[in-house]
Amino acid sequence: MTEQMTGHSEPGTAAPDIPKAPSPRDLAARAHRPAAPGAEASRTAGDASPQPPQVPQTPAGTTRATGAQSLVYALERLGIDVVFGIPGGAILPAYDPLLDSTSIRHILVRHEQGAGHAATGYAQATGRTGVCMATSGPGATNLVTPLADAYMDSVPVVAITGQVSTNLIGTDGFQEADISGITIPVTKHNFLVTRAGDIARTIGEAFHVASTGRPGPVLVDIAKDALQAATEFSWPLPFDLPGYHPVTRPHARQVREAARLITEARRPVLYVGGGVIKARAAAQLRELAELTGIPVVTTLMARGAFPDRHPQHLGMPGMHGTVAAVGALQRADVIVALGTRFDDRVTGKLDTFAPGALIVHADIDPAEISKNRRADVPIVGDCREVIADLVSAVRAEHEQGRRADLAAWQAQLDSWRATYPLGYDHPDDGSLAPQYVIERIGKIAGPQAVYVAGVGQHQMWAAQFIDYEHPRTWINSGGLGTMGFAVPAAMGAKAGRPDACVWAIDGDGCFQMTNQELATCAIERIPIKVAIINNGSLGMVRQWQTLFYNERYSNTDLHAAGQPKRPTGTRVPDFVTLAQAYGCAGMRCEQAGEVDTVIERAMAIDDRPVVIDFIVHKDAMVWPMVAAGTGNDDINFARGMAPDFGGRQE
Amino acid sequence: MSRHTLSVLVENKPAVLVRIAGLFARRGFNIDSLAVGPTEHEEISRITMVVTCEEHPLEQVTKQLNKLINVLKIVELEPGATVQRELILVKVRADAEARSRVLETVNLFRARVVDVALDVITVEATGDREKLDALVKVLEPFGIKEMVQSGMVAIGRGGRSITDRALRPVERSA
Repeated sequence: MTEQMTGHSEPGTAAPDIPKAPSPRDLAARAHRPAAPGAEASRTAGDASPQPPQVPQTPAGTTRATGAQSLVYALERLGIDVVFGIPGGAILPAYDPLLDSTSIRHILVRHEQGAGHAATGYAQATGRTGVCMATSGPGATNLVTPLADAYMDSVPVVAITGQVSTNLIGTDGFQEADISGITIPVTKHNFLVTRAGDIARTIGEAFHVASTGRPGPVLVDIAKDALQAATEFSWPLPFDLPGYHPVTRPHARQVREAARLITEARRPVLYVGGGVIKARAAAQLRELAELTGIPVVTTLMARGAFPDRHPQHLGMPGMHGTVAAVGALQRADVIVALGTRFDDRVTGKLDTFAPGALIVHADIDPAEISKNRRADVPIVGDCREVIADLVSAVRAEHEQGRRADLAAWQAQLDSWRATYPLGYDHPDDGSLAPQYVIERIGKIAGPQAVYVAGVGQHQMWAAQFIDYEHPRTWINSGGLGTMGFAVPAAMGAKAGRPDACVWAIDGDGCFQMTNQELATCAIERIPIKVAIINNGSLGMVRQWQTLFYNERYSNTDLHAAGQPKRPTGTRVPDFVTLAQAYGCAGMRCEQAGEVDTVIERAMAIDDRPVVIDFIVHKDAMVWPMVAAGTGNDDINFARGMAPDFGGRQE
Repeated sequence: MSRHTLSVLVENKPAVLVRIAGLFARRGFNIDSLAVGPTEHEEISRITMVVTCEEHPLEQVTKQLNKLINVLKIVELEPGATVQRELILVKVRADAEARSRVLETVNLFRARVVDVALDVITVEATGDREKLDALVKVLEPFGIKEMVQSGMVAIGRGGRSITDRALRPVERSA
């Protein structure tokens, strides 16, 4: 299937114009022509203008090349414009021809983990496959976390690693690690290539597997001697993937059955996951929602798939979801789950989740259907096709005079929305509310900006208090919950979409895990903006210690463990001077009255990255909350305050 | 809980068994028995695995296996319509006094003697698990010195072949 790679426009949404990668078919047609024609030029972030690679053509249509050259030529033919990586011994042969490539921009990161998350940020922002590169051994193992992250969030990423030479494999050679073995559980697939002649085809296969079906990370490990050996390069090459056949077309009978349930339902909900964004189905979703009048909840991975300001949007479900979204799922009689996987953070205690609901579950991955919650109507297919077919099928039902009356349901949901809106208090001591900072960034940078979060309280507040109107404007680490994701992922997003304003909303704990990539951003002129929501602690862990561990704050204070407490902490490190040391603009903000001013100053800087150290109140908590291990009915919208859902219906 | 026999056709490539075994381990499924070998197609290997689980986890196992890129096809073989065989080799104590009784047992089970030493004979038998269990039980009193058993291999009865359509033509190219 070519859904993920073809350039479908998305009518009906005003999303920033994102150039799409060429489809495999386009690529096939482009065979033996110079790489990187016109289309790619506009998305080359650097000043390199794409030129055909200077390679002599042999009469047979193949080119004499080293394995390393065939790798670079294959990447060029695939239209790859950005690669994030760090060279080292085993991958060195590949870096030599990379220097000659005029269409591929290599961004030299400071840590391989940064390369991996940057590839993810790039992919999530653009919809194209992100690419990262590392050497063998420690270079490759440093990619494990970002690969696991991309696997959990179904992000198309291709990682290319050097491996020690074939004769050293298995001998504990210098910088040898069995990275293909190590990454089996955290990649969609991986390859070990030991022959130069296999490199180009394998790269083609890797991008195909990564970007089609349920997207995911693919690793290609290439032995050094294969990179050095001489071979013939030709393109395209037939895939050798006899066991790979993703299903994209939904079964018509299942779609009709779903439509029947939808039109008979009295309390239906559209439960929308990240698959809708990956399938580029936001326009279709909106059409289905407006046709049926069914309320929509968007999961953490789906924020932006449906406009937050749309009257049918109830917000995010799950552990820190809105009362209306959680209550709607709990009381629903029909849940239409689209590109989502009934994650434990959404369902809470599974056997108390949505007890009265029939489940329509559409996903491109058959293994997700009935994995956690049994589906009454399973639909395997690409969400874009599924939703489009659902629209037609529901129309057919409407034409037969079958249409759901949702007035009572809407009234119920409206009352929950009005009674339990998202909100927060400003701290009594005059210190800064973290939610306010995040809300103001969202208001000032606006819905066209791209927001990238780390993991923790700031991530939840960024999901709650910024209004997302477009797909691919909210990027975060959902499944794996990778602290340190924000800075490198924002770098990748900005490299992929240089014209977009990219904000990293980060915590001070997260920021200290990967902030070395600010050096990359400064040197490579990738001017991201970083808001550090600095509460001086590992805030989400601290929140759990407050709620569930009797306020015993074991190892969550980042400033003053074992030292006399100071109200403002030790400021080690000083993020303002740290930012300046990295060649970034650094600012600090501690007063609500200064928030807008510093954000606007940051917005005005476009020649280097900006870091703002927002010193916020450390006891702010994320509400609402469904405590881990409890059911969604036990949601609290504030500490010890449970909403009144008006008793169980039916 | 019931026993299920899965026939998994896979590409004959390195590390495929690791992918399958690892998937079972990390998803918390148990393998009772495993046998891997070639098929009539050089590029296809066939894995026969026996798992004990409920219907629902079995469906998950099958779906997760199907997601592995190197897996071509999975068929559950129904015991009633399948020939199932395991192979066992047993070294049994058999001195001059016991030997004739051991040989009698071997003949009763239609097993074979494949090696003879002074006071030990090595017995080979094939059959379904129940038969082999019964054989071992009867040989045990003589004294089993060593024993090795293969995983189960199984094939459907009748004229149909599950490998026929396993290799679909390659439809796409880079």
